[in-house]
Amino acid sequence: MSDTAVVTEEVQEVKAEMVPVYIMGKRYDVPNSLTIMKAMEYAGYQYIRGAGCRGGVCGACATVYRLPGDYHIRVGLACQTVVEPNMYLTQIPFFPANRAVYDWENIKGEAEEVFQAYPELFRCLACNACTKVCPMDVPVMDYVAAIKRGDLEKAAELSFDCIQCGLCATRCMAEMAQYHIAQMVRRINGKFIAPHSEHCHKQVEAIKSGYYTDKIKEVMELGTVDPFDDSTKTDKIDKLIELYKARETEPHTAVEDWKPESDFALLK
Amino acid sequence: MKIGYYPGCTLKTKAKNLEDAAIKSMAALGYEMVELDRWNCCGAVYSLADDDLVHFLAPVRDLIRAHDQGFDKVVTLCSMCYNTLARANLLMRDDEVKRDALNDFMEEENDYKGEVEVVHLLNFIRDEIGWDKLRDAVKVPLEGLNFAPYYGCTLTRPEEVGIDSPKDPVVFQAFIEAIGGNIVDFPASQTCCGSYQIISNPEAAKATTLEILTSASDAKADALVLSCPLCEYNIGRRQDEIIKGNDKLENLPTFYFTQLLAIALGLPIEDLKLELNTNSTKAFLEQKGLPALA
Amino acid sequence: MPVILSDRTIDLDFIRKLEDISGQPLKTCMQCGTCAAVCPMDESTDMTPRKLIHLAQLGLHDAVMNSNMAWICASCHTCEVRCPRGIDIPKLMEALRLLILRKNENFIEPFEISDEAFEELPQIAMVSAFRKHTA
Repeated sequence: MSDTAVVTEEVQEVKAEMVPVYIMGKRYDVPNSLTIMKAMEYAGYQYIRGAGCRGGVCGACATVYRLPGDYHIRVGLACQTVVEPNMYLTQIPFFPANRAVYDWENIKGEAEEVFQAYPELFRCLACNACTKVCPMDVPVMDYVAAIKRGDLEKAAELSFDCIQCGLCATRCMAEMAQYHIAQMVRRINGKFIAPHSEHCHKQVEAIKSGYYTDKIKEVMELGTVDPFDDSTKTDKIDKLIELYKARETEPHTAVEDWKPESDFALLK
Repeated sequence: MKIGYYPGCTLKTKAKNLEDAAIKSMAALGYEMVELDRWNCCGAVYSLADDDLVHFLAPVRDLIRAHDQGFDKVVTLCSMCYNTLARANLLMRDDEVKRDALNDFMEEENDYKGEVEVVHLLNFIRDEIGWDKLRDAVKVPLEGLNFAPYYGCTLTRPEEVGIDSPKDPVVFQAFIEAIGGNIVDFPASQTCCGSYQIISNPEAAKATTLEILTSASDAKADALVLSCPLCEYNIGRRQDEIIKGNDKLENLPTFYFTQLLAIALGLPIEDLKLELNTNSTKAFLEQKGLPALA
Repeated sequence: MPVILSDRTIDLDFIRKLEDISGQPLKTCMQCGTCAAVCPMDESTDMTPRKLIHLAQLGLHDAVMNSNMAWICASCHTCEVRCPRGIDIPKLMEALRLLILRKNENFIEPFEISDEAFEELPQIAMVSAFRKHTA
């Protein structure tokens, strides 16, 4: 499909095909090209919560639906899933899920601490309903299995794509909130298991030490323009563009072990 | 030779000593234990309800993984995992109605009908290696040491999955004999340690554990030999608490059978992961000058 | 404990449920008492398996359900391999537990286990206890 619009002599009126959907049991006819979220807005629903990024990453708009003649529970993110005819749906903006309270400063990074915080994880029956319901295709059952055997690194890796929508918790026979457990595990992984990114620490230290303070002020000054004085505007913006272009960036053809010339290369 | 291996959760943490000693020993005997690529907790206990299916999903999934990976046998070390997997395997082999229901429910998995054989390592050694060959491979016979083989429950009961007869098992004794130790027969070798009741009814579990310790001690055992991490917890780790104030009982060392195997095969001390054993166990080895290279 | 039996004390539905869930015919038991002799938890239970089965045969729902026997049972199968009548007694105990657990009543609460216990407990202890004692 081309991005370029084809200009024809006559502008034709394109009429969207309407399809019936059932939102919480009530029928609405909506254009077939809409996502569930837009279809709900089209039907007159106003989002107060249950919508976030609208880009498929925040996990706020988990939606459950069924299709006619099919027993499967289907799921999707309302902002990403296009409506289908006779879809029978509801959105689950929130499902109660207890999050354990733990003192992060005193966490030692052991599996036993996860067991203490979430003992219910040992009730897992490996029914796999969690994996089946995950809109991000996270192998939930497998990461729970990994946590049970104390393999937090593996669990963190397997659960990496989780967007915390909570659909797994809605289906769990063992009544756990898998995604909160996985989050604790990923935190432990980040702090104790995964290799630390030294350059990130260095940058943080550089910021703390005031290395960037003057440079940031300089840039901010360039960004402060007088909307009524076009000459200053151009000068400053030209300078800003010049600075921006001069910064060191990772080339498109960079190999994996590419490193910037300086640890503090963001602003030369 | 490669053999399929299902570890179980506890063997990756508290009972790493059971696992490590087994892998290293089997390697010394020429077998590579290949851990399943993907596995989940087997559920530790077999569901005993006739109208229940959901509790079989976990062990059956593990059997499916073993089958998918091309193994016709899967070896286990933990008694509870052995029992749960072996019973689930029999169900899938013999109960057509439940097998179909389980296969249908797990539509995301390949169908399974009990093709894989679940084997406990003791039986693997008995049947695939043989006691004579094991005896020949021993470099440090554990002579003069009195070992009490503790079967507990799930190795021998129920009979259809028992690694040996539930009424008169001998496989553990044969193992101890092959590695050069003296066998201590004691009445409580198959008495339940209380199992999971240590969480729900700890006093009840402690009472039966005390009986086991008394029985082994009366039979003049130097140490108990185990195959189950929950027995090790109840009898080993909680031992100080149980014998406290009891002037008739002294600390009784507890080993996993795989650790004794590693010692007898002359493997280095690191392979035993002794840091996970009780202090009295470590002291016992030190006193006997073990492990020692032949 | 004298028990007066009448058509009002016999809970036939209870007997049927117990037999359905366990798959064990209660009447097969001949009350020999082998199970009572071999049960390792005998010091902690308020009655023997033999007596519990007798009360169940008589359909005495409350007397059976008030006993701690099924909850102290560790499913060790010592009685099962010894029973001369081939009754799988651990299955009966499981059925008794399930009559409660299936009503969503827990016997133990996972969050009540102390942090210190979690430091030491092997995972199979939690898994098995929760399977046997939580709904």
